[in-house]
Amino acid sequence: MSEEATANPRSGVIYTETVIYAAPEQFVADAPYQLAIVTLNGGGRLTARISGDRVAIGDAVEFAEDRNGIPFFRKK
Amino acid sequence: MRPVAVIGVGKTAFGALQDRDLRSLAVEAGEKCMKDARVSPSQVEAFYLGNFAGPSFVGQNHLAPYIAGAMGITGVPATRFEAACASSGSALFHAVSAVGAGLYDVVMVGGVEKMTSQSTPKVTEILAGAGDMLGEGRAGATFPALFAMIARRHMYQYGTTREQMAAVAVKNHLNGSKNPQAHMRKVITLEQALAGKMIADPLTVYDCSLISDGAAAVMIAPLERAGEFTGKPVKILGIAQTSDMVALDEKDDITTFRAVVEAGKKAYKMAGLSPRDIEFAEVHDCFTIAEIIAGEDLGFVQKGEGGLYVQQGCTALNGPRPINTSGGLKSKGHPVGATGVGQICDVVIQIRGEAGERQIPRNSIGLAQNLGGSGATAVVTILGAA
Repeated sequence: MSEEATANPRSGVIYTETVIYAAPEQFVADAPYQLAIVTLNGGGRLTARISGDRVAIGDAVEFAEDRNGIPFFRKK
Repeated sequence: MRPVAVIGVGKTAFGALQDRDLRSLAVEAGEKCMKDARVSPSQVEAFYLGNFAGPSFVGQNHLAPYIAGAMGITGVPATRFEAACASSGSALFHAVSAVGAGLYDVVMVGGVEKMTSQSTPKVTEILAGAGDMLGEGRAGATFPALFAMIARRHMYQYGTTREQMAAVAVKNHLNGSKNPQAHMRKVITLEQALAGKMIADPLTVYDCSLISDGAAAVMIAPLERAGEFTGKPVKILGIAQTSDMVALDEKDDITTFRAVVEAGKKAYKMAGLSPRDIEFAEVHDCFTIAEIIAGEDLGFVQKGEGGLYVQQGCTALNGPRPINTSGGLKSKGHPVGATGVGQICDVVIQIRGEAGERQIPRNSIGLAQNLGGSGATAVVTILGAA
Protein backbone atom coordinates (compact mmCIF):
# COMPACT_ATOMS: atom_id res chain seq x y z
CA MET A 1 0.00 0.00 0.00
CA SER A 2 2.74 2.47 0.93
CA GLU A 3 4.74 1.93 -2.25
CA GLU A 4 1.72 2.47 -4.43
CA ALA A 5 0.81 5.66 -2.58
CA THR A 6 4.37 6.90 -2.84
CA ALA A 7 4.42 6.36 -6.58
CA ASN A 8 1.00 7.93 -7.16
CA PRO A 9 0.62 11.32 -5.54
CA ARG A 10 -2.62 11.45 -3.63
CA SER A 11 -4.42 13.54 -1.07
CA GLY A 12 -6.10 12.76 2.18
CA VAL A 13 -6.99 13.84 5.70
CA ILE A 14 -4.88 13.65 8.87
CA TYR A 15 -6.11 10.74 11.04
CA THR A 16 -3.53 11.39 13.75
CA GLU A 17 -0.12 13.01 14.16
CA THR A 18 2.81 13.67 16.47
CA VAL A 19 5.97 15.75 16.53
CA ILE A 20 9.01 13.62 17.33
CA TYR A 21 11.72 15.18 19.50
CA ALA A 22 13.61 12.00 20.49
CA ALA A 23 14.49 10.35 17.17
CA PRO A 24 15.98 6.98 16.31
CA GLU A 25 19.69 7.02 15.52
CA GLN A 26 19.34 7.44 11.74
CA PHE A 27 16.91 10.38 12.04
CA VAL A 28 18.52 12.34 14.88
CA ALA A 29 19.52 15.16 12.50
CA ASP A 30 15.88 15.62 11.36
CA ALA A 31 14.37 16.12 14.85
CA PRO A 32 11.98 17.64 15.65
CA TYR A 33 9.86 16.34 12.77
CA GLN A 34 6.16 15.67 12.32
CA LEU A 35 4.85 12.21 11.55
CA ALA A 36 1.23 11.50 10.67
CA ILE A 37 -1.16 8.80 9.59
CA VAL A 38 -3.08 10.03 6.58
CA THR A 39 -6.48 8.63 5.61
CA LEU A 40 -6.13 8.62 1.84
CA ASN A 41 -9.02 9.87 -0.25
CA GLY A 42 -8.72 6.72 -2.36
CA GLY A 43 -9.06 4.56 0.75
CA GLY A 44 -6.58 3.09 3.19
CA ARG A 45 -4.12 4.83 5.47
CA LEU A 46 -0.46 5.71 5.13
CA THR A 47 2.21 6.72 7.64
CA ALA A 48 4.01 9.77 6.26
CA ARG A 49 6.22 12.68 7.21
CA ILE A 50 4.85 16.21 7.03
CA SER A 51 6.75 18.99 5.30
CA GLY A 52 6.05 22.70 5.74
CA ASP A 53 3.39 23.83 8.22
CA ARG A 54 2.41 21.60 11.14
CA VAL A 55 -0.89 19.77 10.67
CA ALA A 56 -3.65 18.66 13.06
CA ILE A 57 -6.26 15.89 12.99
CA GLY A 58 -8.82 16.60 10.27
CA ASP A 59 -6.55 18.78 8.13
CA ALA A 60 -6.59 18.12 4.40
CA VAL A 61 -3.15 17.21 3.04
CA GLU A 62 -1.61 16.31 -0.30
CA PHE A 63 1.40 14.30 -1.36
CA ALA A 64 4.44 16.55 -1.58
CA GLU A 65 7.42 14.40 -2.48
CA ASP A 66 9.29 11.18 -1.94
CA ARG A 67 12.64 11.44 -0.14
CA ASN A 68 14.66 8.22 0.01
CA GLY A 69 11.50 6.14 -0.06
CA ILE A 70 9.77 8.22 2.62
CA PRO A 71 6.46 9.80 1.56
CA PHE A 72 6.09 13.46 2.57
CA PHE A 73 2.69 15.16 2.68
CA ARG A 74 1.90 18.86 3.16
CA LYS A 75 -1.08 20.94 4.18
CA LYS A 76 -3.47 21.57 1.30
CA MET B 1 -6.78 -28.73 29.74
CA ARG B 2 -5.71 -29.61 33.29
CA PRO B 3 -5.37 -26.72 35.78
CA VAL B 4 -1.91 -25.15 36.07
CA ALA B 5 -0.40 -23.25 39.01
CA VAL B 6 2.52 -20.94 39.62
CA ILE B 7 4.66 -22.66 42.25
CA GLY B 8 7.50 -20.17 42.44
CA VAL B 9 8.65 -16.70 41.36
CA GLY B 10 11.98 -14.89 41.15
CA LYS B 11 13.01 -11.40 40.00
CA THR B 12 16.07 -9.26 39.87
CA ALA B 13 15.84 -5.59 40.70
CA PHE B 14 15.00 -3.60 37.55
CA GLY B 15 17.24 -0.66 36.70
CA ALA B 16 20.31 0.61 34.89
CA LEU B 17 22.50 -2.23 36.14
CA GLN B 18 25.81 -1.29 34.54
CA ASP B 19 27.90 -4.05 36.10
CA ARG B 20 25.50 -6.84 35.13
CA ASP B 21 25.36 -8.83 31.86
CA LEU B 22 22.26 -10.41 30.34
CA ARG B 23 23.07 -13.95 31.41
CA SER B 24 23.81 -13.12 35.04
CA LEU B 25 20.47 -11.30 35.31
CA ALA B 26 18.51 -14.21 33.85
CA VAL B 27 20.39 -16.70 36.04
CA GLU B 28 19.73 -14.66 39.19
CA ALA B 29 15.98 -14.60 38.50
CA GLY B 30 15.95 -18.29 37.61
CA GLU B 31 17.86 -19.37 40.70
CA LYS B 32 15.61 -17.27 42.97
CA CYS B 33 12.62 -18.89 41.26
CA MET B 34 13.95 -22.43 41.75
CA LYS B 35 14.64 -21.67 45.42
CA ASP B 36 11.15 -20.22 45.90
CA ALA B 37 9.55 -23.23 44.20
CA ARG B 38 11.89 -25.69 45.98
CA VAL B 39 12.73 -27.20 42.60
CA SER B 40 16.22 -28.33 41.62
CA PRO B 41 17.63 -27.80 38.09
CA SER B 42 17.31 -31.52 37.32
CA GLN B 43 13.55 -31.37 37.97
CA VAL B 44 12.95 -28.68 35.33
CA GLU B 45 11.50 -30.40 32.25
CA ALA B 46 11.54 -27.44 29.86
CA PHE B 47 12.74 -23.82 29.80
CA TYR B 48 10.79 -21.12 27.98
CA LEU B 49 12.50 -17.75 27.64
CA GLY B 50 11.05 -14.41 26.61
CA ASN B 51 13.58 -11.99 25.11
CA PHE B 52 12.95 -9.24 22.60
CA ALA B 53 16.31 -8.18 21.23
CA GLY B 54 19.28 -9.78 22.96
CA PRO B 55 21.08 -10.16 19.62
CA SER B 56 20.72 -6.42 18.90
CA PHE B 57 21.27 -5.14 22.44
CA VAL B 58 24.21 -7.34 23.46
CA GLY B 59 25.15 -9.41 20.38
CA GLN B 60 24.15 -12.74 21.90
CA ASN B 61 21.99 -15.30 20.13
CA HIS B 62 20.89 -18.80 21.13
CA LEU B 63 19.80 -17.39 24.44
CA ALA B 64 17.55 -20.07 25.95
CA PRO B 65 20.10 -22.91 26.20
CA TYR B 66 22.78 -20.30 27.01
CA ILE B 67 20.86 -19.26 30.11
CA ALA B 68 19.43 -22.68 31.00
CA GLY B 69 22.89 -24.24 30.88
CA ALA B 70 24.26 -21.60 33.22
CA MET B 71 21.56 -22.59 35.74
CA GLY B 72 22.40 -26.30 35.45
CA ILE B 73 19.35 -27.04 33.30
CA THR B 74 20.53 -29.14 30.34
CA GLY B 75 19.19 -31.84 28.10
CA VAL B 76 15.64 -30.45 27.99
CA PRO B 77 13.87 -28.21 25.47
CA ALA B 78 15.09 -24.62 25.94
CA THR B 79 13.50 -22.13 23.57
CA ARG B 80 13.41 -18.36 23.13
CA PHE B 81 10.14 -16.55 22.35
CA GLU B 82 10.08 -13.12 20.69
CA ALA B 83 6.92 -11.06 20.58
CA ALA B 84 8.30 -7.55 21.18
CA CYS B 85 7.27 -6.31 24.65
CA ALA B 86 5.03 -9.38 25.08
CA SER B 87 7.92 -11.84 24.60
CA SER B 88 7.77 -13.40 28.05
CA GLY B 89 3.97 -13.21 28.20
CA SER B 90 4.02 -15.27 25.03
CA ALA B 91 6.58 -17.68 26.51
CA LEU B 92 4.27 -18.13 29.51
CA PHE B 93 1.21 -18.73 27.32
CA HIS B 94 3.00 -21.49 25.43
CA ALA B 95 4.45 -23.02 28.59
CA VAL B 96 1.05 -23.10 30.30
CA SER B 97 -0.45 -24.64 27.16
CA ALA B 98 2.19 -27.40 27.21
CA VAL B 99 1.80 -28.17 30.93
CA GLY B 100 -1.98 -27.95 30.63
CA ALA B 101 -1.88 -30.44 27.78
CA GLY B 102 0.19 -32.85 29.85
CA LEU B 103 3.42 -32.53 27.88
CA TYR B 104 5.46 -31.58 30.97
CA ASP B 105 4.92 -31.12 34.71
CA VAL B 106 7.60 -28.73 35.96
CA VAL B 107 8.50 -25.88 33.62
CA MET B 108 10.41 -22.64 34.12
CA VAL B 109 9.47 -19.52 32.20
CA GLY B 110 12.00 -16.71 32.21
CA GLY B 111 12.21 -13.25 30.71
CA VAL B 112 15.23 -11.00 30.35
CA GLU B 113 16.44 -7.84 28.64
CA LYS B 114 19.73 -5.97 28.92
CA MET B 115 19.09 -2.54 27.37
CA THR B 116 21.27 0.09 29.01
CA SER B 117 24.56 -0.84 27.37
CA GLN B 118 23.35 1.03 24.25
CA SER B 119 22.80 4.78 23.75
CA THR B 120 19.22 6.08 23.89
CA PRO B 121 19.05 6.77 20.09
CA LYS B 122 20.28 3.20 19.46
CA VAL B 123 17.73 1.76 21.93
CA THR B 124 15.05 3.84 20.20
CA GLU B 125 16.11 2.37 16.85
CA ILE B 126 16.10 -1.23 18.14
CA LEU B 127 12.67 -0.78 19.76
CA ALA B 128 11.31 0.72 16.52
CA GLY B 129 12.01 -2.70 14.96
CA ALA B 130 8.91 -4.00 16.79
CA GLY B 131 6.88 -1.89 14.35
CA ASP B 132 6.58 -2.15 10.56
CA MET B 133 10.03 -1.23 9.27
CA LEU B 134 8.83 -1.01 5.66
CA GLY B 135 6.20 1.59 6.55
CA GLU B 136 6.07 3.48 9.83
CA GLY B 137 9.68 2.63 10.75
CA ARG B 138 11.04 3.81 7.40
CA ALA B 139 9.18 7.10 7.83
CA GLY B 140 10.96 7.72 11.15
CA ALA B 141 8.42 6.45 13.69
CA THR B 142 9.63 5.65 17.18
CA PHE B 143 7.64 3.70 19.75
CA PRO B 144 6.86 6.86 21.70
CA ALA B 145 5.68 8.37 18.37
CA LEU B 146 3.28 5.49 17.70
CA PHE B 147 1.76 5.82 21.18
CA ALA B 148 1.75 9.62 20.83
CA MET B 149 -0.38 9.19 17.69
CA ILE B 150 -2.65 6.80 19.61
CA ALA B 151 -2.89 9.36 22.43
CA ARG B 152 -3.71 12.20 20.00
CA ARG B 153 -6.53 10.21 18.47
CA HIS B 154 -7.85 9.14 21.90
CA MET B 155 -7.81 12.78 23.02
CA TYR B 156 -9.62 13.80 19.82
CA GLN B 157 -12.31 11.12 20.02
CA TYR B 158 -12.91 10.94 23.77
CA GLY B 159 -11.63 14.18 25.27
CA THR B 160 -8.84 12.43 27.16
CA THR B 161 -6.46 15.03 28.62
CA ARG B 162 -2.73 15.34 29.23
CA GLU B 163 -3.62 15.70 32.95
CA GLN B 164 -5.30 12.28 32.90
CA MET B 165 -2.23 10.72 31.29
CA ALA B 166 0.01 12.47 33.82
CA ALA B 167 -2.20 11.06 36.61
CA VAL B 168 -1.15 7.55 35.50
CA ALA B 169 2.52 8.51 35.89
CA VAL B 170 1.97 10.13 39.30
CA LYS B 171 0.10 7.06 40.62
CA ASN B 172 2.62 4.56 39.25
CA HIS B 173 5.59 6.48 40.62
CA LEU B 174 3.92 6.57 44.05
CA ASN B 175 3.39 2.80 43.91
CA GLY B 176 6.93 2.21 42.63
CA SER B 177 8.34 4.24 45.52
CA LYS B 178 7.07 1.42 47.77
CA ASN B 179 8.69 -1.32 45.66
CA PRO B 180 12.31 -2.04 46.66
CA GLN B 181 12.96 -3.67 43.24
CA ALA B 182 11.67 -0.73 41.17
CA HIS B 183 13.94 1.15 38.76
CA MET B 184 12.81 4.68 39.67
CA ARG B 185 11.58 4.95 43.26
CA LYS B 186 10.83 8.64 42.96
CA VAL B 187 7.50 10.27 43.80
CA ILE B 188 6.51 12.87 41.20
CA THR B 189 3.86 15.61 41.11
CA LEU B 190 1.30 16.28 38.40
CA GLU B 191 3.06 19.56 37.60
CA GLN B 192 6.40 17.79 37.12
CA ALA B 193 4.84 15.17 34.86
CA LEU B 194 3.18 17.83 32.69
CA ALA B 195 6.36 19.91 32.44
CA GLY B 196 8.60 16.97 31.47
CA LYS B 197 10.82 17.07 28.41
CA MET B 198 8.79 16.40 25.26
CA ILE B 199 9.60 13.04 23.60
CA ALA B 200 6.81 12.79 21.00
CA ASP B 201 4.06 15.36 21.38
CA PRO B 202 1.86 15.01 23.52
CA LEU B 203 4.02 12.48 25.43
CA THR B 204 6.67 13.82 27.78
CA VAL B 205 9.43 11.77 29.33
CA TYR B 206 7.04 11.12 32.26
CA ASP B 207 4.52 9.47 29.93
CA CYS B 208 7.15 6.94 28.80
CA SER B 209 8.28 3.79 30.56
CA LEU B 210 11.93 3.34 31.42
CA ILE B 211 14.84 1.78 29.56
CA SER B 212 15.85 -0.90 32.04
CA ASP B 213 17.86 -4.03 32.60
CA GLY B 214 16.28 -6.91 34.46
CA ALA B 215 14.99 -10.45 34.54
CA ALA B 216 12.10 -12.41 35.99
CA ALA B 217 11.10 -16.07 36.19
CA VAL B 218 8.15 -18.20 37.26
CA MET B 219 7.88 -21.95 37.80
CA ILE B 220 4.66 -23.66 36.77
CA ALA B 221 3.29 -27.13 37.43
CA PRO B 222 -0.05 -28.94 37.30
CA LEU B 223 -2.23 -27.71 40.18
CA GLU B 224 -2.64 -31.31 41.42
CA ARG B 225 1.12 -31.53 42.00
CA ALA B 226 1.66 -27.99 43.31
CA GLY B 227 1.46 -29.09 46.94
CA GLU B 228 4.60 -31.23 46.50
CA PHE B 229 6.61 -28.05 46.00
CA THR B 230 4.95 -25.15 47.76
CA GLY B 231 2.43 -24.31 50.44
CA LYS B 232 1.32 -21.23 48.53
CA PRO B 233 0.47 -22.10 44.93
CA VAL B 234 -1.33 -19.53 42.79
CA LYS B 235 -3.72 -20.87 40.20
CA ILE B 236 -3.72 -19.75 36.57
CA LEU B 237 -7.47 -19.28 36.14
CA GLY B 238 -7.32 -18.10 32.54
CA ILE B 239 -4.72 -17.23 29.91
CA ALA B 240 -4.93 -16.19 26.27
CA GLN B 241 -2.64 -14.83 23.57
CA THR B 242 -3.94 -13.05 20.48
CA SER B 243 -2.53 -11.09 17.56
CA ASP B 244 -3.35 -8.16 15.29
CA MET B 245 -1.72 -6.21 12.44
CA VAL B 246 1.72 -4.81 13.31
CA ALA B 247 1.44 -1.45 11.52
CA LEU B 248 -0.70 1.20 13.16
CA ASP B 249 -1.91 2.43 9.76
CA GLU B 250 -3.42 -1.00 9.05
CA LYS B 251 -5.77 -0.86 12.05
CA ASP B 252 -9.30 0.51 11.71
CA ASP B 253 -9.33 2.13 15.15
CA ILE B 254 -6.10 2.90 17.00
CA THR B 255 -7.84 4.02 20.21
CA THR B 256 -8.39 0.38 21.16
CA PHE B 257 -6.13 -2.68 21.04
CA ARG B 258 -8.30 -5.32 19.43
CA ALA B 259 -5.85 -8.06 20.47
CA VAL B 260 -6.24 -7.06 24.12
CA VAL B 261 -10.05 -7.02 23.88
CA GLU B 262 -9.99 -10.52 22.37
CA ALA B 263 -7.38 -11.93 24.76
CA GLY B 264 -9.37 -10.50 27.66
CA LYS B 265 -12.60 -12.12 26.47
CA LYS B 266 -10.89 -15.49 26.06
CA ALA B 267 -9.16 -15.32 29.45
CA TYR B 268 -12.39 -14.26 31.21
CA LYS B 269 -14.24 -17.13 29.54
CA MET B 270 -11.59 -19.68 30.51
CA ALA B 271 -11.66 -18.41 34.12
CA GLY B 272 -15.47 -18.25 34.21
CA LEU B 273 -15.14 -14.65 35.38
CA SER B 274 -16.12 -11.18 34.18
CA PRO B 275 -14.22 -7.88 34.42
CA ARG B 276 -16.03 -6.93 37.65
CA ASP B 277 -14.52 -9.99 39.39
CA ILE B 278 -10.97 -8.70 38.89
CA GLU B 279 -9.80 -7.16 42.16
CA PHE B 280 -6.49 -5.77 40.93
CA ALA B 281 -4.34 -5.78 37.81
CA GLU B 282 -0.88 -5.26 36.41
CA VAL B 283 -1.35 -3.67 32.98
CA HIS B 284 1.12 -2.80 30.26
CA ASP B 285 1.78 0.92 30.81
CA CYS B 286 4.61 1.21 28.31
CA PHE B 287 3.14 4.71 27.90
CA THR B 288 0.56 6.35 30.14
CA ILE B 289 -2.07 6.29 27.38
CA ALA B 290 -1.63 2.49 27.19
CA GLU B 291 -2.80 2.10 30.81
CA ILE B 292 -5.84 4.28 30.08
CA ILE B 293 -6.73 2.16 27.04
CA ALA B 294 -6.05 -1.09 28.95
CA GLY B 295 -8.75 -0.19 31.50
CA GLU B 296 -11.20 0.23 28.62
CA ASP B 297 -10.11 -2.81 26.61
CA LEU B 298 -10.25 -5.12 29.64
CA GLY B 299 -13.79 -3.98 30.42
CA PHE B 300 -13.07 -2.19 33.70
CA VAL B 301 -14.73 0.96 32.30
CA GLN B 302 -16.67 2.02 29.21
CA LYS B 303 -14.76 3.07 26.09
CA GLY B 304 -13.47 6.60 26.45
CA GLU B 305 -13.69 6.68 30.26
CA GLY B 306 -10.23 5.29 30.95
CA GLY B 307 -8.69 8.68 31.64
CA LEU B 308 -11.35 9.69 34.13
CA TYR B 309 -11.08 6.27 35.81
CA VAL B 310 -7.45 6.93 36.70
CA GLN B 311 -7.93 10.63 37.47
CA GLN B 312 -10.69 9.87 39.99
CA GLY B 313 -8.39 7.54 41.95
CA CYS B 314 -10.28 4.33 41.12
CA THR B 315 -7.02 2.55 40.32
CA ALA B 316 -4.90 3.92 43.19
CA LEU B 317 -3.38 1.62 45.80
CA ASN B 318 -6.31 2.44 48.13
CA GLY B 319 -8.89 2.63 45.31
CA PRO B 320 -11.59 0.10 44.46
CA ARG B 321 -9.45 -1.65 41.79
CA PRO B 322 -5.72 -0.99 42.21
CA ILE B 323 -3.76 -1.07 38.95
CA ASN B 324 0.01 -1.46 38.73
CA THR B 325 0.65 -1.77 42.46
CA SER B 326 4.25 -2.65 41.51
CA GLY B 327 4.79 0.79 39.97
CA GLY B 328 4.15 -0.55 36.48
CA LEU B 329 6.52 -0.28 33.56
CA LYS B 330 6.58 3.46 34.24
CA SER B 331 8.32 3.29 37.62
CA LYS B 332 9.26 -0.36 38.17
CA GLY B 333 11.00 -0.35 34.79
CA HIS B 334 10.52 -2.03 31.43
CA PRO B 335 13.28 -4.50 30.53
CA VAL B 336 11.18 -5.47 27.51
CA GLY B 337 11.64 -9.25 27.47
CA ALA B 338 11.27 -9.54 31.25
CA THR B 339 8.09 -7.49 31.53
CA GLY B 340 5.42 -10.15 30.92
CA VAL B 341 6.77 -12.64 33.45
CA GLY B 342 7.63 -9.76 35.80
CA GLN B 343 3.94 -8.80 35.83
CA ILE B 344 3.01 -12.40 36.74
CA CYS B 345 5.53 -12.28 39.62
CA ASP B 346 3.93 -9.05 40.86
CA VAL B 347 0.40 -10.47 40.75
CA VAL B 348 1.56 -13.65 42.53
CA ILE B 349 3.34 -11.60 45.21
CA GLN B 350 0.09 -9.68 45.90
CA ILE B 351 -1.99 -12.88 46.04
CA ARG B 352 0.52 -14.46 48.45
CA GLY B 353 0.31 -11.35 50.65
CA GLU B 354 4.03 -10.62 50.29
CA ALA B 355 3.87 -7.15 48.74
CA GLY B 356 5.01 -5.31 51.87
CA GLU B 357 4.26 -1.60 51.89
CA ARG B 358 2.22 -1.86 48.68
CA GLN B 359 0.14 -4.87 49.80
CA ILE B 360 -3.55 -4.47 49.05
CA PRO B 361 -6.33 -6.10 51.13
CA ARG B 362 -8.54 -7.42 48.28
CA ASN B 363 -5.94 -9.67 46.69
CA SER B 364 -7.55 -12.98 45.74
CA ILE B 365 -8.04 -12.47 41.96
CA GLY B 366 -5.58 -10.50 39.85
CA LEU B 367 -5.05 -9.97 36.12
CA ALA B 368 -1.91 -9.32 34.08
CA GLN B 369 -2.01 -7.74 30.61
CA ASN B 370 1.10 -7.80 28.43
CA LEU B 371 1.18 -5.91 25.12
CA GLY B 372 3.61 -6.42 22.26
CA GLY B 373 4.61 -3.46 20.11
CA SER B 374 1.71 -1.18 19.32
CA GLY B 375 -0.74 -4.01 19.90
CA ALA B 376 0.11 -6.82 17.49
CA THR B 377 0.50 -9.30 20.37
CA ALA B 378 -1.51 -9.39 23.58
CA VAL B 379 -1.40 -11.83 26.46
CA VAL B 380 -3.94 -11.68 29.29
CA THR B 381 -3.53 -13.91 32.34
CA ILE B 382 -5.91 -14.19 35.30
CA LEU B 383 -4.52 -15.60 38.53
CA GLY B 384 -6.23 -16.57 41.75
CA ALA B 385 -5.49 -17.92 45.20
CA ALA B 386 -5.47 -21.73 44.95
